[in-house]
Amino acid sequence: MSTQHLTCIRCPKGCQITVELEGTEVVSVTGNGCRRGDEYARKEVTNPTRTVTTVVPVEGSPVARMVSVKTAADVPKSKVLDVVRALAGVRTTAPVHIGDVVLADVCGTGVDVVATKNV
Amino acid sequence: MPSTATIQTLERDIVVVGGGSAGLAAAISARDAGCESVLVLEREPQLGGILNQCIHNGFGLHAFKEELTGPEYAARYISQARERQIEHMLRTTVLDIADDLTVTAVSAERGVFRIRAKAVVLAMGCRECPRGALDICGTRPAGVYTAGTAQRLVNIDGLMPGREVVILGSGDIGLIMARRLTLEGAHVACVAELMPYSGGLKRNIVQCLDDFGIPLLLSHTVVNVEGTKRVEAVTIAQVDEHLKPIPGTEVRYPCDTLLLSVGLLPENELSRQAGVRINPITRGAFVDDSLMTSVPGVFACGNVLHVHDLVDYVSEESAHAGASAARYVRQLAEGAGRGASDLVPVRVAGGIRYSVPAFVSPANMDEKITLRFRVGAVYQNRYVSLYVGDRRVQHRRKQILAPGEMQELTLRREELAGIAPADEIRLLLEEE
Ligand SMILES: Cc1cc2nc3c(=O)[nH]c(=O)nc-3n(C[C@H](O)[C@H](O)[C@H](O)COP(=O)(O)OP(=O)(O)OC[C@H]3O[C@@H](n4cnc5c(N)ncnc54)[C@H](O)[C@@H]3O)c2cc1C
Ligand code: SF4
Repeated sequence: MSTQHLTCIRCPKGCQITVELEGTEVVSVTGNGCRRGDEYARKEVTNPTRTVTTVVPVEGSPVARMVSVKTAADVPKSKVLDVVRALAGVRTTAPVHIGDVVLADVCGTGVDVVATKNV
Repeated sequence: MPSTATIQTLERDIVVVGGGSAGLAAAISARDAGCESVLVLEREPQLGGILNQCIHNGFGLHAFKEELTGPEYAARYISQARERQIEHMLRTTVLDIADDLTVTAVSAERGVFRIRAKAVVLAMGCRECPRGALDICGTRPAGVYTAGTAQRLVNIDGLMPGREVVILGSGDIGLIMARRLTLEGAHVACVAELMPYSGGLKRNIVQCLDDFGIPLLLSHTVVNVEGTKRVEAVTIAQVDEHLKPIPGTEVRYPCDTLLLSVGLLPENELSRQAGVRINPITRGAFVDDSLMTSVPGVFACGNVLHVHDLVDYVSEESAHAGASAARYVRQLAEGAGRGASDLVPVRVAGGIRYSVPAFVSPANMDEKITLRFRVGAVYQNRYVSLYVGDRRVQHRRKQILAPGEMQELTLRREELAGIAPADEIRLLLEEE
């Protein structure tokens, strides 16, 4: 039996969560303030994931030089830097709408990178 | 400046100064409360305020039950404003607010112009403490930025401030920028924090520092900056319980960039010009439960009123200010309105630094109001108590209270029933 202490990052409360593991099997999750924390803790000890946000250049807009983007869903934590590198050469042209796919299936994660700003 | 005779003068019921999340929420709710004549003035070429540069996610969990990025959160309010056809002027800077509620503004399009308003909502946000306000020894080379300036450079202008970075101050913007710069290929050597606790949210320490192995040095500060043209190195030392550097603990970090994330100050020059009384603790206006300042008809909300960590609460507070402004305009037309005489002060003590609002009107208050406050240090297992005169009407146990996290409680009108004219409302921490 092993114990891991985590800080939940799903909301600003930042609950201190304790996870008890039997090998790789989660036996118990305590300290979470809500269900999302339980979900987070189970994932964090087995397959931690993150949403990645960055910006890519946009052409043809009188106001903006960059447009903000995010992964439409979480990607494995180990791929975070790869995702940002994959976006390094990507460019967009105005108009861009929130939700437009900027790069599909980034790094083979099955997750699209989408715009988060209307430009 | 053209003479008064040639200056264009407009008339509007409500003028909102600033089109960030506070200004937008105030304008939308003023319109929904029945005010048809609302004008938002914004200095930048786009609405949304600081949210435009906060590209990370974590906004809106409370207001929308989803995790949005800053620009997405702003877009929701921008489209609500658009649906209501709320008038706004961009690239328009407010220069002055007179105590008769004449607003003077300037834009390239109109030049200097005036707006006669019946009510004004202050929503100018805040700015970062500049380096001058800190005393760090050493030279004054290029490469020293506030964290927010760096955020703007990277996220709006697409420019990198540097490659080898040290961050002083563990406020949320500093933490967010530690991750942001790391993702963009810079190396962040450490985040130094003067206090024994971080000023930022725990989640940001986990996902912005721990995820990337960036050390957080609590009780540390920058004692020297080296470099002639550009920063070449900074020296960091540990501090004692009086926040004084401990000799012999100095470590030199070669770097080309120093980011300062040492605090935010409400932007209140305009408010002062209008004669608004400023609370020395929050550096924002003293307001009553309708969020009206000491100048009748002038309301304040968002970061210009007090610095918020979460935009959701900015929106909530600002919607209240907008609705109050609309009511004020209506009552003005009816010749009614509240007097300052029936205001009861909310006194804070025992570890609580301030309360917004600072005054409550038992006669005019809504069914329930929200008191927002901050504590001055980290406390464990304390009770937040609210007294009306000698009566304790609220007594709530909190496992942990930290200066970085704004607290709130709901005060109901019925809790003030029977309040005597000389009574005070007191908000304090108690051990039991
Ligand atoms: C870097 C940073 C990171 C944050 N991260 C989070 C987070 O992860 N989650 C979260 O929930 N909250 C976060 N917040 C908090 C939240 O986003 C802000 O508190 C909120 O957006 C502030 O809104 P505001 O309208 O009061 O101020 P602002 O957004 O600053 O808006 C003020 C507006 O007024 C305009 N203005 C000022 N003076 C004048 C003038 N004289 N004339 C005309 N216009 C003027 C400015 O141009 C600006 O657009 C963050 C804040 C910052 C600064
Ligand atoms: S467990 Fe729930 S309440 Fe606690 S931090 Fe996570 S999401 Fe927030």
